[in-house]
Amino acid sequence: MDMDRRGFLECMAWVGTGVVWTAAGGVLSSRTLAQAAETPAGGDFGFVQISDTHIGFRGEANKDVMGTLETAIARIKAMQPRPAFIIHTGDITHAQKPGAFDIVTEALKGTGAERVFYVPGENDVFADGGTEYLGRFAAGGPGWRSFDYRGVHFIGLINVLNFKAGGLGNLGHEQLEWLEQDVAGLGSSTPIVLFAHVPLWAVYPKWGWVTEDAGQALGYLKRFGSVTVLNGHIHQVMQKVEGNVAFHTAMSTAFPQPAPGIGSGPGPLKVPVEQLRGLLGVREVNYMEGKGRLAVVDSTLA
Amino acid sequence: MNARILIGGALLAVGAIVAGPAAPGAAGSTPQVAIENFRFTPSTLTVPTGTTVTWVNHDAEIHTVTSPAGAFASPALETDEKFSFTFNAPGIYAYFCALHPQMRSTVVVQ
Repeated sequence: MDMDRRGFLECMAWVGTGVVWTAAGGVLSSRTLAQAAETPAGGDFGFVQISDTHIGFRGEANKDVMGTLETAIARIKAMQPRPAFIIHTGDITHAQKPGAFDIVTEALKGTGAERVFYVPGENDVFADGGTEYLGRFAAGGPGWRSFDYRGVHFIGLINVLNFKAGGLGNLGHEQLEWLEQDVAGLGSSTPIVLFAHVPLWAVYPKWGWVTEDAGQALGYLKRFGSVTVLNGHIHQVMQKVEGNVAFHTAMSTAFPQPAPGIGSGPGPLKVPVEQLRGLLGVREVNYMEGKGRLAVVDSTLA
Repeated sequence: MNARILIGGALLAVGAIVAGPAAPGAAGSTPQVAIENFRFTPSTLTVPTGTTVTWVNHDAEIHTVTSPAGAFASPALETDEKFSFTFNAPGIYAYFCALHPQMRSTVVVQ
């Protein structure tokens, strides 16, 4: 039984990785995920990444961002085995619309998840320099943080504060120093999951789809055998593997954005309404004890 | 693939237009800066002291008009929303979009 389950998950991991090489499509459907339902044993666990919920958005690209968020929540709620927790990789709100933070935090309780870990997107902090976000989610701290779960070290970083004219996502000196300290005492075999809003690799700098000092952050993680980097911001799945580091950007639950460099800029992409949910989604990430790479499975809301 | 086709079809070539000095007597008029296709057009606007400049967001995405020096800062501008600021002191006012910092422009006040 255990062998079968492992065999299946291994296959799923391979398929998940396979998405890397089929960026034009090839995203697994949620039905496949549901069929994957089995109870994990030992140190194995799964968690969910949700991103770019943009509550408050009322543009043509999606007239009902609450409706698509609710679909995403229903999908998460139905996941078996139950995800251990959820991470939200930012743009919780659309331009800090009044009440939007409350709507999202309340709605995500409907997933049944015990914990939701947030990092902000630029939409969550640009109007007030992060005062509202940090007041809600940082508990007096700087907003970046780490935690351990069943032997995996999770790190949530903030790369959307203090945007400068002409600039890009950035972490800043204080956060980089903290990161260096944070991982200093960890054994190199500790699996690392790093999450932040703006991609930590140069997806498309011309559109700001890059974090300028990400290289320094990743430098601190070079000695680790398994590093999984989860980002949002670009509203589409893109993946890249570089040595021991696997980078994954996620779909939004609100609206798609164009492929890098296609069109005039990184705005909401209006598609025929029947196609919309096929471009929105959530992500499940599965950790299998003793396996190097985490299995990342993206499923659309179609 | 459909997304590419749609967007490709919507691709517009918008060149940067540099406005010359405003015509005499233009003070008090309200020149407009279009925010469109992730650019401010004209990219540099030159106006006499006392001019009120109005920005209009034509994009489907939210933008802001933000002076890093703190001279002015719009709220988030939705599609078709406007922001105006009156320049009462000569100078060179650089500004950008706080959500898309790659979008930069300048108002020159003479």
